[in-house]
Amino acid sequence: MADLPADVADVAVVGGGPAGVAAACAAAEAGRNVLLLDEAPKPGGQIWRHRTGPPQPAREWLARLTASGAKVVSQASVFDAPDPRTLCAEHEGGVLRVRCEKLILATGARERFLPFPGWTLPNVLGVGGAQALLKAGADFSGRRVVVAGSGPLLLPVAASLAGAGARVALVAEQAPLSRLFPFVARLAGSPGKLAEALGYRFGFLRSPYRTGVWVRSAAGQERVEEVELTDGNRTWREACDVLCCAYGLVPNLELAALLGCAVRSGAVVEGESQETTVAGVYSAGELGGIGGVDLALATGTIAGLAAAGRAAPPPLVRQRERGRRLAQRLAATFSLRPELRSLPSAETIVCRCEDVSFGALDPGWSPRQAKLATRLGMGPCQGRVCGAACEFLFGWPADTVRPPVKPTAIANLIATSEAHG
Amino acid sequence: MTERIEVRIDGRTVEVEAGISVSAALWNAGVGRGPLCAMGICFECRVTIDGVRHRRACTTTVAPGLEIATGG
Amino acid sequence: MSPGKSQSVLVVGAGIVGAACAEALAGSGCAVTVLDGRFAGAGATAAGMGHLVVMDDSEAQLALTAASCRAWAERDLPADCEREDCGTLWVAADEAELAHAGKKAAVYRERGLDAEILDAKSLAEAEPNLRPGLAGALRVPGDAVLYPPNAARALLASARRLGAEVREGLAAESVGRGRVETREGTLHADVVLVAAGAESTRLLPELPVVPRKGHLVITDRYPGFVRHQLVELGYLKSAHTLSRESVAFNLQPRATGQLLVGSSRELVGWDSSVNRPLLASMLRRAAEHLPGLAGLSALRAWTGFRPATADKLPLIGPWDEGLWVAAGHEGLGITTALATGRLIADLLTGRPPELDPAPFDPRREMPAHD
Repeated sequence: MADLPADVADVAVVGGGPAGVAAACAAAEAGRNVLLLDEAPKPGGQIWRHRTGPPQPAREWLARLTASGAKVVSQASVFDAPDPRTLCAEHEGGVLRVRCEKLILATGARERFLPFPGWTLPNVLGVGGAQALLKAGADFSGRRVVVAGSGPLLLPVAASLAGAGARVALVAEQAPLSRLFPFVARLAGSPGKLAEALGYRFGFLRSPYRTGVWVRSAAGQERVEEVELTDGNRTWREACDVLCCAYGLVPNLELAALLGCAVRSGAVVEGESQETTVAGVYSAGELGGIGGVDLALATGTIAGLAAAGRAAPPPLVRQRERGRRLAQRLAATFSLRPELRSLPSAETIVCRCEDVSFGALDPGWSPRQAKLATRLGMGPCQGRVCGAACEFLFGWPADTVRPPVKPTAIANLIATSEAHG
Repeated sequence: MTERIEVRIDGRTVEVEAGISVSAALWNAGVGRGPLCAMGICFECRVTIDGVRHRRACTTTVAPGLEIATGG
Repeated sequence: MSPGKSQSVLVVGAGIVGAACAEALAGSGCAVTVLDGRFAGAGATAAGMGHLVVMDDSEAQLALTAASCRAWAERDLPADCEREDCGTLWVAADEAELAHAGKKAAVYRERGLDAEILDAKSLAEAEPNLRPGLAGALRVPGDAVLYPPNAARALLASARRLGAEVREGLAAESVGRGRVETREGTLHADVVLVAAGAESTRLLPELPVVPRKGHLVITDRYPGFVRHQLVELGYLKSAHTLSRESVAFNLQPRATGQLLVGSSRELVGWDSSVNRPLLASMLRRAAEHLPGLAGLSALRAWTGFRPATADKLPLIGPWDEGLWVAAGHEGLGITTALATGRLIADLLTGRPPELDPAPFDPRREMPAHD
């Protein structure tokens, strides 16, 4: 039996977005031996994703990370955590095993996709997805794009796409103006944020930003060619080459759930010091509730300090409180309208991995019944796409998480399991 | 001047910018379904790379001589 | 109870065995009600490999599995049961195992079952992804695989059409002679049939059934990687002894091209957590047989509890007055469900049973556990 070398650290951080970076900085600067595992080729997560050079706020944090002495292992994808002190990650074609005293989970968020007729057509993708694809080198110039769904992410993505030469035909936010207006008005209290929002809006000034509008269906032969939109009264069509459509973010809870951390209302239960219900495991960033960069930086820093045995200074705690209040306002402002539940027809695919249609699902089933009867959620995405959709459509909570939390080669399960214990 | 490299998409040699993702390369070449989440979660972007099936195009960076097959 | 008269039966447990019993009893003129605290097929039925395999561990097991496989072959199943008539290859690692396979083949043929011995070359042609150096295999083309949760639902649907009532979400809290206590009060019937798998001991603590935990892994889609269900002849050694823990190579292709990889056995009570060292051991053994397996993507690992008895035969028949049992099928619940249902219906209605019921008598003497 091969004795797999283990990287040992005082504090292991999973996730290299703002929360993970802040946590690693805080713990390392407090003198701890820190290991940060990140899936991407470079740290920054989704929001600070870059190929050539990080955006401004990221630059300082990433420089600080380098200076902190934390060891960053990029392209390390955690697929199992046999216990709260052990991580198993794919890395460089092999397996990396990490042993730690304290574990900080900062696994971020993914987009929520809701099914509608035509959503499986080629060139229908997410909003953050379009941003990610653009940043990864895709050419959007000359493409006629509709950006739709919900959430503040629609703005910067529309601006990015327009800036990259796309013709943004329309940005459609499902939340009504009656909710958006007070939210934006409150932003006036944070001039920086307001300027940021307006800046994004200027980024696609020639395109309309409509509120209370959502996509009913997409149509096309080989790929999307037009989108049907509605405001609840009027319905019309918009021609497009690309439809970017997603409805906010959901936290990547899988690793936390595997470790047995309590989850409530779709977020990890966190204490004052960001500790989860599992001793020695901390949570930061979007795991505690979708709240954006500032909240991620605050919770990450608090978690890093706590893992290093330090208390969080009051200004940081206040930053977290402000961030949580903003998160609550975000959730309320962009809450999803019930009409979105009536979008799928019987033939609309809900589970893309296993081709399970909406009509095959009995709303009276329990989630496990649905899973066993149809194989819903049993494909490679492990229920990440259909799970969020079914939670909204039927009120079905996510099922028990089983290892591996990411598909991984059988050789990797053999390698790390042997060394465990 | 950004470096350009050659990859093969479904048997055809294509010149792409170095450092982009396979998803972006396929998108720019007009080949394949296009991704959904583009961040490694949904597995819609699966392709066979250098003979290994079920590789995610969106989390794989192009490399000189990479063999990408989009079918099945 | 007067055998031969139409009777009322309360079946406790809507897994594959309970469902098959309900169908057989309803089809024999009994008034049947099925209870399940969760939903159809929620227990071992959902967790295991859905193989339909003839096993000759003992004469009784051979009789039961052969009769049941024949019954499965003779019925139509809805498409969502995903039956694949892929057959089984019992893989022989060396000449000694191949000789043993030859003996098995003779036994199967004597029963009227197709069985063929493959030499090393034929085996390699039949399954190119098996490692070189194997001696050969016993091929049983009549074996099949299916998807158990939907098979259980199909049997229950059939039972309903025959007049049975199915009540999911209603747990049996305790059972007695001809009665079941539930949160809705006491239900009465001529016979209570406990078919609750390993959980049957919650209702009948003296039942000689223990939970024997198994692991499975399912891969992504690799159509054509294997064509048959594959089992190592050493499987019989593993399933034989009720020892602490063991692994044996057992792999099944699904219609989608996904592979179900097993198997493991351990006695750890009801701890359902994944035992990673044992999982690794199981996967290593599988990869030893199929070297390419190591590079395939695993989507999920999980555990389940087989209802095991010390003599490896299920309990089928009367336990007490008005209280019967159909449980303890270990890893053959899916395979033997139909024959079990048939036997229960035969015994309960007083028909001459198709199979000798004596080896399955729930009150028989059991050897001591290891």
